Amino acid sequence: MSIINFRNVTKEFDGVKVLDDLSFGIEKGEILAIVGPSGTGKSVTLKHIVGLLEPDSGTIDIEGKPHIGYLFQSGALLAWLTVYENIALPLKETTRLKEREIDALVKEALEKVELSDAADKYPSEISGGMQKRAGLARAIVRQADVVLYDEPTSGLDPVTSLHIHQLIRKLNREQGITSVVVTHDIQGALNLADRIMLLKSGRAVEIAKVADFAASGNPEVREFLIAMQGEMQ
Amino acid sequence: MKFVREIGVSGKIGAASVLLFPTVFRSRDSRADFAHQLYKTGISTLPVVTVVSLFIGMILALQVGLELRRFNQEIYLGAAVMISLIREMAPFSCGLCLASCVGSSIAAEIGTMKVNDEIDALKIMGISPVKFLAVPRILALSVMAPLVAFYCCVIGTIGGGIVGSTQLGVDFGQYISSAMSIAEEKDLFVGLVKALVFGNVIGIVAVSEGLGTKLGATGVGKSTQRSVIVSFLLILMLGYMITRLCYQ
Repeated sequence: MSIINFRNVTKEFDGVKVLDDLSFGIEKGEILAIVGPSGTGKSVTLKHIVGLLEPDSGTIDIEGKPHIGYLFQSGALLAWLTVYENIALPLKETTRLKEREIDALVKEALEKVELSDAADKYPSEISGGMQKRAGLARAIVRQADVVLYDEPTSGLDPVTSLHIHQLIRKLNREQGITSVVVTHDIQGALNLADRIMLLKSGRAVEIAKVADFAASGNPEVREFLIAMQGEMQ
Repeated sequence: MKFVREIGVSGKIGAASVLLFPTVFRSRDSRADFAHQLYKTGISTLPVVTVVSLFIGMILALQVGLELRRFNQEIYLGAAVMISLIREMAPFSCGLCLASCVGSSIAAEIGTMKVNDEIDALKIMGISPVKFLAVPRILALSVMAPLVAFYCCVIGTIGGGIVGSTQLGVDFGQYISSAMSIAEEKDLFVGLVKALVFGNVIGIVAVSEGLGTKLGATGVGKSTQRSVIVSFLLILMLGYMITRLCYQ
């Protein structure tokens, strides 16, 4: 069952079509990886889901009112707050929970991303990988049903990238969090996702289960996979 | 068209800062943040404000005093310096100091947050950037500007007295009593209202420019620059308009 549905969504910036009649659905509980060359509208797609951008035409239907978390490429932590305070922020500002309830939720989120030891550190005092994990803890602290990941492993070493992928998988498997991962890392996407969508010039060229995607006869998918393999070598 | 849109955005932020100001006192965290903004706006700018206002008072005293000496009227030096300071120069210099020290810092801070996706992150979390970032900063500037302007007036008067007594032969006590004799409640009130308006405008301009930042580090630089330039121009224009309204 699709929890989020894009129907013929089009978006232009300064006359350039970034999303072109894009239609696809995101299944509840799946990990969908969105891959594609730079500037094809991957991040723009995510921003439409959370309402940061409105489509010029078409609709985005979201079933029910799921809590949606968002992990930005940079982590987007507030520099003057500690990791703990960053994670507690959405609870303090948007709920009426008591201090001790907030404390319990924040500690639980920190444990899930294995960051309890860095709770009192400021973002500038921790590594890029830790910043992303802190951003992830903030994204899930309000019991998110859906988490959108914008390039969660960009700029990270392979070991840390693997760790982030394992976390995404763990949250998906243990808590049923529907995950949409925008990535350049095709190998990571093949290992992590249930389905993969290839975006090109704002259109969904292919959306298929991982095995089907890898074996796809679609020339644009083959071209993309060969280009990515060449880049990795 | 872009200018009209920017005015509209600034107007909305200004209106929101008035409507949402009680939220600053809502929780312990927001009160702590507001106290921090008050400190940043008022206390941390005092060294610059002290030097600027001291020299403004000294320059005023020197220029006016030399002319008064030609007519043997040095006894009015205190009155001349005080009236210039209390009506115009104190709120004006306070406005310029706050725009360059605090307004630029706010525009750069919020602009950096914008290009680092922190503003979008706040929106996704359901937190209004205007309520969370703009209101405490604008309110802190509005509260502190009149106090800083009063401080400018006191330091400027002392600066004028130093020049008067050391270079123009005016007794310091006589200088102070001349200054106090001319100061009226209306002058003080208008001066403080000007400072309040300047503080409010500096805050709104800085936040609007910060939130409107585009194109990475270059954009942050441009927003900071525009925040200072627009604030300076508005301080001059509004200063004239308030003077025109109050001293016809």
